[in-house]
Amino acid sequence: MTTKKPAKKAAASPRRRSAKAPVYTATNEELLHFYREMLLIRRFEEKAGQMYGMGLIGGFCHLYIGQEAVAVGVQSALKEGDKMISGYREHGQMIAIGTDPRAVMAELTGRSGGVSRGKGGSMHMFDPAKGFYGGHGIVGAQVSLGTGLAFANKYRKTDNVAVAYFGDGAANQGQVYESFNMAQIWNLPAIFIIENNQYAMGTSVARASSQPDLYRRGESFNIEGRHVDGMNVLAVRGAMDEAVAHCRSGKGPIILEMETYRYRGHSMSDPAKYRSKEEVQKMRAEHDAIDRMKNMILKAGAMDEAGLKEMDKEVKAIVSDAATFAQECPEPELSELYTDVLV
Amino acid sequence: MAIQITMPALSPTMEEGTLATWLVKEGDTVSSGDVIAEIETDKATMEVESIDDGVVAKLLIEAGTDNVAVGTLIAVLAEDGEDPATIDVESGSAPAPAPEPAPEPVTASNDAAPTGDTSVVPAPVEIDVPEGTPMANQTVREALRDAMAEEMRRDGDIFVMGEEVAEYQGAYKVTQGLLDEFGPDRVIDTPITEHGFAGLGVGAAFAGLKPVIEFMTFNFAMQAIDHIINSAAKTRYMSGGLVDCSIVFRGPNGAASRVGAQHSQNYASWYSNVPGLKVIAPYDAADNKGLLKAAIRDPNPVVFLENELMYGESFDVPEMDDYVVPIGKARTFREGSDVTIVSYSITVGQALQAADALAEEGISAEVIDLRTIRPLDIDAVIESVKKTNRCVVAEEGWPQCSVASDVSAQLMEKAFDWLDAPVTRVNSVDVPLPYAANLEKAAIVKAEDIVKAAKAVCYVE
Repeated sequence: MTTKKPAKKAAASPRRRSAKAPVYTATNEELLHFYREMLLIRRFEEKAGQMYGMGLIGGFCHLYIGQEAVAVGVQSALKEGDKMISGYREHGQMIAIGTDPRAVMAELTGRSGGVSRGKGGSMHMFDPAKGFYGGHGIVGAQVSLGTGLAFANKYRKTDNVAVAYFGDGAANQGQVYESFNMAQIWNLPAIFIIENNQYAMGTSVARASSQPDLYRRGESFNIEGRHVDGMNVLAVRGAMDEAVAHCRSGKGPIILEMETYRYRGHSMSDPAKYRSKEEVQKMRAEHDAIDRMKNMILKAGAMDEAGLKEMDKEVKAIVSDAATFAQECPEPELSELYTDVLV
Repeated sequence: MAIQITMPALSPTMEEGTLATWLVKEGDTVSSGDVIAEIETDKATMEVESIDDGVVAKLLIEAGTDNVAVGTLIAVLAEDGEDPATIDVESGSAPAPAPEPAPEPVTASNDAAPTGDTSVVPAPVEIDVPEGTPMANQTVREALRDAMAEEMRRDGDIFVMGEEVAEYQGAYKVTQGLLDEFGPDRVIDTPITEHGFAGLGVGAAFAGLKPVIEFMTFNFAMQAIDHIINSAAKTRYMSGGLVDCSIVFRGPNGAASRVGAQHSQNYASWYSNVPGLKVIAPYDAADNKGLLKAAIRDPNPVVFLENELMYGESFDVPEMDDYVVPIGKARTFREGSDVTIVSYSITVGQALQAADALAEEGISAEVIDLRTIRPLDIDAVIESVKKTNRCVVAEEGWPQCSVASDVSAQLMEKAFDWLDAPVTRVNSVDVPLPYAANLEKAAIVKAEDIVKAAKAVCYVE
């Protein structure tokens, strides 16, 4: 099918930006925490990519590298009892909520010590004790499901919020709009986080979206949206603080479009021919969330180079331990085949 | 020529109604579009509009009359130029489309034959209630409503959600009265958005609530089937048991009456294919009540398939504080020794009729109602076949990959040595359900189809 011309026009014209949410002012301690969390996700994912290449991880494996600021910033604004749900690029979010990296890595290798005891895999990880409800492989499904989590919060008359993570690709699914509509008419405390990493697998936002300003996708439902620099953890946190306050005060749902970028392919098996190496390089060089945080830490004097190196070492040790565990841990017992089908 | 006004059918399944009120009196002038009467069906109160201009010559049925059959002459209008006083009501009824004039309203019991085939129900052979328990005569619709209400009183985490379930009181009036008792926080009208609200329900179930999601019909649940299967049925397994999903998806399933192909499909075999789901398709009111209560309590996702044509049918329901029927147990509805007829949902009615007809020819048929499709109580069927050595499986639904196919295959695998004849399936005709009355009738399972199959496996002409 031939695409209509406007796609080009949309790419050429600058995007309309929303009113900016305030950027969070972090203490030195918080800066270090954000940095360490983002670094842990990056190192974890690099290791996962490596292990995939070695045949230790099977199936699909969607890495979060480049998007770390989103998960870490979002998590930092939540409290006990808040709920989250995501799609299949969720390893980073699992790490951000504090799930044991060993259990995440062992799930990737399909071992008994995995979060889902090896039965879920890369795309299906859960940690309900920490409010994380997966880990869903059907693009867009988590948006309706997440709206249900928000419904449960309201039904139980708590002030907890529910965060539904989805991508620029899922933003074109019909059920997203069914969910927006219900969330708004019932005033549900749902924070819809669109992680716009620019490509739905190989299709750019400009090619797939008649309205590329994804934060405006709630306009016809009267849902407010914010465009957020998803490569800046403090901007993510600032927008989240605002969104959380909006939801907790009973004002209903809100949309945050996190403009971000994934450095790796859609999945491990994606050669990423739809974008240039230069584009990726430019993002890494100029917009990397971890580099930005590192510079802030140095500038603020929160830690010196030597200290950060030491932190990097610690993080690598955690990841290395997780990788060892995930390889040494036995596969599930064959009897596990038949368990957990029904209660 | 006088204009005849007959009792209108206000829904595809309406056979009779109550003429509640006349809004005109004899001698009144009416115009096309004027509301002349109110009619109550078992689902709703509806207004009857005049489609002609004229003067009301005669009101033939008194306001407040119950059980007025569809098609009954209820009023006569005098056309312009006619004298209302001289209208001959008797001859006025002559040009009715039916070959014979039928001025007498047809009563409910002798009118049930064309669709329901359920008017004659033999006493159940097995029933899970203590002896001496009093029985209440209830429709399937009331039994379902009571099941929900009783469970909602017991557990505040249960809520009902769907299109028109609250203020409208249910598209088929199954949720009648729930809004009044439980309020809008627990009885929730949704927009027309099956995919969305099914997913929302599953998410709420992940968080520990116990949603009852009503689909106006299961045909519309195809929009939502991704959440029923991928989200509800699989999450417990994918999470290694960390996330449960206690939810009921319920609503009418299967052919109704003259509603065409897109509104007339049986999804039992579709859902029964899926591990992680339970699938229930009861026949009578007691089982609908007891199994819906069990479904709501069940910690797993349950697909609960009702049948629109059965909603208005009445049966005995045990008057007990807590009548719960176990999921996964078939019911021997009638004992017999020559042939086993296995069925479920509405087709149990045809199976029982067939058993009556066979009895007249000296063939003793055992009728088994599966009640639950998944997990399937194949042991009950095998036990019966060990006794009768012959089996017919009757199901209103397409033949390929049907529940009947599965029962048949399992009997071949597990009871081959007990069979004296091939297991025979009696299914609907393998076409989208047509609209024309004669074609529709030809497409769905009838008692005589079951009789024919039963005689064939008994090698009787």
